[in-house]
Amino acid sequence: MAAFYSFLAVLALIVIPWLGVGMGMGALFGIVLPYIAIIIFMVGFTMRIVDWAKSPVPFCIPTTGGQQKSLPWIKNSPWDNPYDKKGVFMRMVLEVLCFRSLFRNTSVKLQQEGPKVGYSSEKSLWLFALIFHYCFLLILVRHLRFFMAPVPYPVHIAEFMDSILQIGLPVMYQSDVLILVGLGFLLARRVFDGKVRYISLMQDYFPLLLLLGIVVTGVWMRYVVKVDVIAVKELAMGIVTLHPHMPKAAIDPSVYAHLTLVCALFIYFPFSKLMHMGGVFLSPTRVVPNMSRRAMWVNPWNDPSIKPHSYAAYEDDFREKMIEAGLPVDKKA
Amino acid sequence: MAKYPPPEELIKINYTTPVKSWMDTKTAFKPGNFSYPGKPEILKYLGMPNPRVWSPTDDDWQLPPDWQRIVMEKFREKLKKYRSFKIFMDVCVRCGACADKCHFFIGGGDPKNMPVLRAELLRSIYRGEFSAAAKVLGKLAGARKLEEDVIKEWFLYFYQCTECRRCSLFCPYGIDTAEITMMARELLHEVGCNINWILEPAANCNRTGNHLGIQPHAYKDMMDFLCDDIEEITGKRIRPNVNKKGCEILFITPSGDIFADPGIYTYMGYLILFEHLGLDVTWSTYASEGGNFGLFTSDKMMKKLNAKMYAEAERLGAKWILGGECGHMWRVINQYMSTMNGPADFLETPVSPITGTKFDAAAGTKMLHIAEFTADLIKHGKLNLDPSRNDNFKTTFHDSCNPARGMGLFEEPRYVLKNVCRYFYEMPENTIREQTFCCGGGAGLNNEEFTETRLRGGLPRGNAVKYVRDRHGVNNLACVCAIDRATLPPLCDYWAPGVGVSGLHELVGNAIILDGEKKRTTDLRQNPLPGMEDEEE
Repeated sequence: MAAFYSFLAVLALIVIPWLGVGMGMGALFGIVLPYIAIIIFMVGFTMRIVDWAKSPVPFCIPTTGGQQKSLPWIKNSPWDNPYDKKGVFMRMVLEVLCFRSLFRNTSVKLQQEGPKVGYSSEKSLWLFALIFHYCFLLILVRHLRFFMAPVPYPVHIAEFMDSILQIGLPVMYQSDVLILVGLGFLLARRVFDGKVRYISLMQDYFPLLLLLGIVVTGVWMRYVVKVDVIAVKELAMGIVTLHPHMPKAAIDPSVYAHLTLVCALFIYFPFSKLMHMGGVFLSPTRVVPNMSRRAMWVNPWNDPSIKPHSYAAYEDDFREKMIEAGLPVDKKA
Repeated sequence: MAKYPPPEELIKINYTTPVKSWMDTKTAFKPGNFSYPGKPEILKYLGMPNPRVWSPTDDDWQLPPDWQRIVMEKFREKLKKYRSFKIFMDVCVRCGACADKCHFFIGGGDPKNMPVLRAELLRSIYRGEFSAAAKVLGKLAGARKLEEDVIKEWFLYFYQCTECRRCSLFCPYGIDTAEITMMARELLHEVGCNINWILEPAANCNRTGNHLGIQPHAYKDMMDFLCDDIEEITGKRIRPNVNKKGCEILFITPSGDIFADPGIYTYMGYLILFEHLGLDVTWSTYASEGGNFGLFTSDKMMKKLNAKMYAEAERLGAKWILGGECGHMWRVINQYMSTMNGPADFLETPVSPITGTKFDAAAGTKMLHIAEFTADLIKHGKLNLDPSRNDNFKTTFHDSCNPARGMGLFEEPRYVLKNVCRYFYEMPENTIREQTFCCGGGAGLNNEEFTETRLRGGLPRGNAVKYVRDRHGVNNLACVCAIDRATLPPLCDYWAPGVGVSGLHELVGNAIILDGEKKRTTDLRQNPLPGMEDEEE
């Protein structure tokens, strides 16, 4: 049900601009909406991050995934159990660029005979998540050619590498195919894996379908309709140079559908789980070194009025018995 | 004794998920799946809200009249105080990587024991009460209203989490269910829903200095009794210092080890080690508890109970503190102690008086783990050891959750173990070190009435023990945790019969050759040593 409603929502986000542009509302979907989306994204994203960053981290609670640094002759794991900022940096590099934690993933198998509980490496989620994220990044970089003049050299390189197989005309980008594979896997997992389906909510299906919508409309524009790229760039440059205008040449409605979906993603982003992008950099079990036995970690709301049940009170309670047992006491009876 | 099904029945676990949404499944309390609630007199002693006689199986839980407001107020307060809580509520993508990492899920199959769903129990209220959009979409967006059934569900599942943090290792964002469980338990305290097995030890610890409520004279008696046993075995009389001022080192270890088999043998191991070294060390009855059930109660209680360690070290004028084998005690010491009660400037960075090693890893808290201390001694050849005295043991090692994932203590105990035992075999790699499995009784759940669920949660650990038992003939499971020593023996009896449980320093105590000791014929358990079977009597 949640998946179905998400699908309807994405469909609406395609149909509405498609029809709207036909009714002469091109400027609304091509200019007004993108500005709104960018503003909401930037303000929303910043506010979320600031809100998180401002909340205190009262305790030093890293999840330690390797040997601590203790005795000099014991080899420690500086990246899985960092004790300083350098180690944390490496831990985060591995986490963010290589999905280190997900790489550990295993799958449990229970054999009734024995019985035997077995664990096998389970890297498919890691692999397809990695494929999706990197393709998305690459596609984002490629799109910079619409927003920059002259097009920077790295963007050219990205384009060149992405189409190096030279298949078809217009040349096929490998990332277009791979991102569909990645997203397709992530969606199929949600639908067909019972455990994942059980925990999935509308906010899990919606972004996946939204991204699929973006990719499919993009593929449609490039390979099927072969839209007027010059006109699209004129529209895009108008937006980034703050001189927005509608290009003279007509633009295919699929472009507006694509753009509207992207705007929807931008608007939705700061209020959704997609904020994991920012959150991972602030997660206290990952970005904090395992150092609180070495040095002081300060809790801003530590309450100094909390005192232990005092020794004096303890001795008052048990003095006679302590003396009888031959235990030293501070005050004689 | 609690009743529970035999292993061959319990192993029939169904991992398939129901068709109906989890929000529509009612929470079912049955004997063996919950712990008994906190007794009113204990709650009163601790100054905690809503003391009353009640049972989770009651229809009416006698919550205070404005309980919704109370819970939501606390919820808001916790979000403000902990970035972890806020981020963990916000960033989960429900990828499901954590789902089959929880021992309670593996051993029980209840989908609400998947860490992600355990957190959703709280997140659904977070959305339903704080997010306008989610409120409108309701169940589709995983949002719901705070009703009495939610409190019941929280009580069941947040007291079916042992805060072992195994899920957080696999989470791509480091979402830590232990943190979420701690928050949930604090919300539940506000309306008087908690368990006695945590609160009574906390209350005892406050008054008597230890969880078991052992009073100072009784503590001394038990210690003397263990010294009698040591004398019988080694021929040497040990006279440990208790509450003595002016010693260099204060030693603190869990009270469970002075009280019950097999912890007492570890306790004897400590006594033998200190005697062997002639260490200037004192024990304390006021701070006679290393463990801290405050960690399972609230940040305030944890701080209050932990504060005794520094207070006692200061009163006695010790230079530094040595800590015994305990799991959650070491999470508190490593990750909370100096933040809560430090800096302890009246203490010095621990330096081994025997080897001269300065332990920089403990420069902040001034508290050293005994495995670090002993490993250093062995490395410097300062212990006179006869590992063949442990030849009756084929040993494996259980990494306790907290020293594993809240500290990273892996090599030190292994180094000690390999030097005092000649037969050591590791369990499969997905069940040890940072991936270690809980004993099923952490976070205050090691009570009798919870045994069935504990045994279920103990399946992954028990099965790994069975694996090395069948493959290598392992008959001993060594560990560095007092709760383990209480929970692992029944677990092994159930899943891997024939395997016993020992502390690390029990094996050290067996191996140490004291100056002038008589020829030992038995180990610390008074079982004959290898080749000495005929020399009894």
